[in-house]
Amino acid sequence: MGDLLIIAIGSALVNNVVLSQFLGICPFLGVSKKVETAAGMGGAVVFVITIASFVSGIVYKFILANKAIMGGKLVYLQTIVFILVIACLVQFVEMFLKKSMPALYQSLGVYLPLITTNCAVLGVALTNVQKEYTILSGVINGLGTSVGFLIAIVILAGIREKMEYNDISESFQGTPIVLITAALMAIAFFGFSGLI
Amino acid sequence: MNQYTERLYNGIIKENPTFVLMLGMCPTLAVTTSAINGLGMGLSTTVVLVLSNLMISLLRKIIPDSLRIPAFIVVVASFVTMVQFLMEGFVPSLYDSLGIYIPLIVVNCIILGRAESYASKNPPLPSIFDGIGMGLGFTVGLTAIGIVREVIGSGKIFGFQLLPLADASTGQAGYVPVTIFILAPGAFLVLAGLTALQNKVKNNAKKKGKKVTETVGCGEGCAACTNSACGGKIFPTGNEKE
Repeated sequence: MGDLLIIAIGSALVNNVVLSQFLGICPFLGVSKKVETAAGMGGAVVFVITIASFVSGIVYKFILANKAIMGGKLVYLQTIVFILVIACLVQFVEMFLKKSMPALYQSLGVYLPLITTNCAVLGVALTNVQKEYTILSGVINGLGTSVGFLIAIVILAGIREKMEYNDISESFQGTPIVLITAALMAIAFFGFSGLI
Repeated sequence: MNQYTERLYNGIIKENPTFVLMLGMCPTLAVTTSAINGLGMGLSTTVVLVLSNLMISLLRKIIPDSLRIPAFIVVVASFVTMVQFLMEGFVPSLYDSLGIYIPLIVVNCIILGRAESYASKNPPLPSIFDGIGMGLGFTVGLTAIGIVREVIGSGKIFGFQLLPLADASTGQAGYVPVTIFILAPGAFLVLAGLTALQNKVKNNAKKKGKKVTETVGCGEGCAACTNSACGGKIFPTGNEKE
C-alpha cells in the first residue's frame, strides 16, 4: 500500500508529467485558454490514461511477455502494439460513452479524439514496462501521472485567464508568455522534490 | 534551384519544424539538456523520417485512403523500433540519456505530418529529400537549443569546457553556471526566448508587407491545427463537424 502511495505522489507531483517530463506539451499549451476547457481536457486525459495503462499492462503481461507465445520474445513489438492499442481504445471509449453515458460524453467527448496523439498516453504505457511495474502499480502510476497533468493544465489555465488583460510587450504575446508561465510553474514544482 | 535542393531549403530554413512550424515540442523541450543529446535525437528522428517517407511514398498507391493513418503509424512504429535497437546496440550511452523519448518518436507530429502532407502524394525520390530536409531542420533546431542550454547551464559545448569555471576553494575567477538552464524550467525559458525572437522577426516582416509562414503546430492550439496528425483524425469517427 505504501509503495502504491509513493508511486502515485511521485508521478503526480514530484515527476510531473508536463513540467518535468515534457510529455503532453501540445494540449498543455493548446487547450489551456479557459479553466473550463482545461478541466474537460484534463478529465478526459485522466480517464484515458488510467484505462490505457490497465489495457496495455494486460496486453504486455499476457500476450507480449507470455512465455507460452513465442517464448516471450514478442516484447520487441511493444511500441507498435501499444500505439495501436491506444488508438483503438480511444475510439472504443468514445463509442461506449456516446451510447451509454451521454452526459459524460457531452463533457469529455470533444477532447477524446485529440488524446490519441498525446504522447503522455504512450509514455505512461512504456514507462510502466520499463520500470517493471505490476498491472496494479501500472494503473496507479497512470492515474497519478494523469492527475498531475490535470493539476498542471488547470493551474496554467487559471493563470492565463488572469493574464488576458495584462499589458504584454508585443513580441512576448501568445506562446512566449505562456512558456514563461510554464517555466515559473516548473520552478514551483521543484518544491515537491523533497517529498519522497 | 531544382526540386531536390528546393526540398532541402524548405525543410531547413523556410519551414523549419522547430522554429517556424513549432512541431514536435515534446522532444524539443525534453532532450535538449546538452548539444550532443539534441544532435542525437535530431539525427535519429531524421533517419526514421527519411525511411518512413520512402516507404509510405512507395506504398502510396496501395494503401486505401480510409485506412491511411493507421497504416502510416504501423510503418513509422516499425522503423522507430529498428532505430531503437540499433541505438541500444551501437550507441548505448546516447540510448540511456535519451531513454523513453526514442520510442516516443512514433507520436512526433513531424513524421505523421510529412507522411500525410508530402510522402503520400509524391514519388519516392523527392519524398526522401523532403525527409532529409525536414529532419535536418529539426536537428539544427534541437542542436541550437541544446547549445544555448549547455553553454549557459554548464559552460560546456558538446561536452568540451568552453568557459573556465570559477573555483571557490582556490579563489579563481571564472564562469558560474546557471544550473536552472539544464533543468526543466530552462527548457521553457529558452523556447520562450526563441519564440519571442521569432515573433519579433515576423512582426517586422509583416510591417514591411512581406508574406510570412504561419505556425501550424501545437503552439496555436491542437483544435485549430491544420496538421492531420494533431487534429484527432487518426481514425475517422464519423462525427467530426464538417
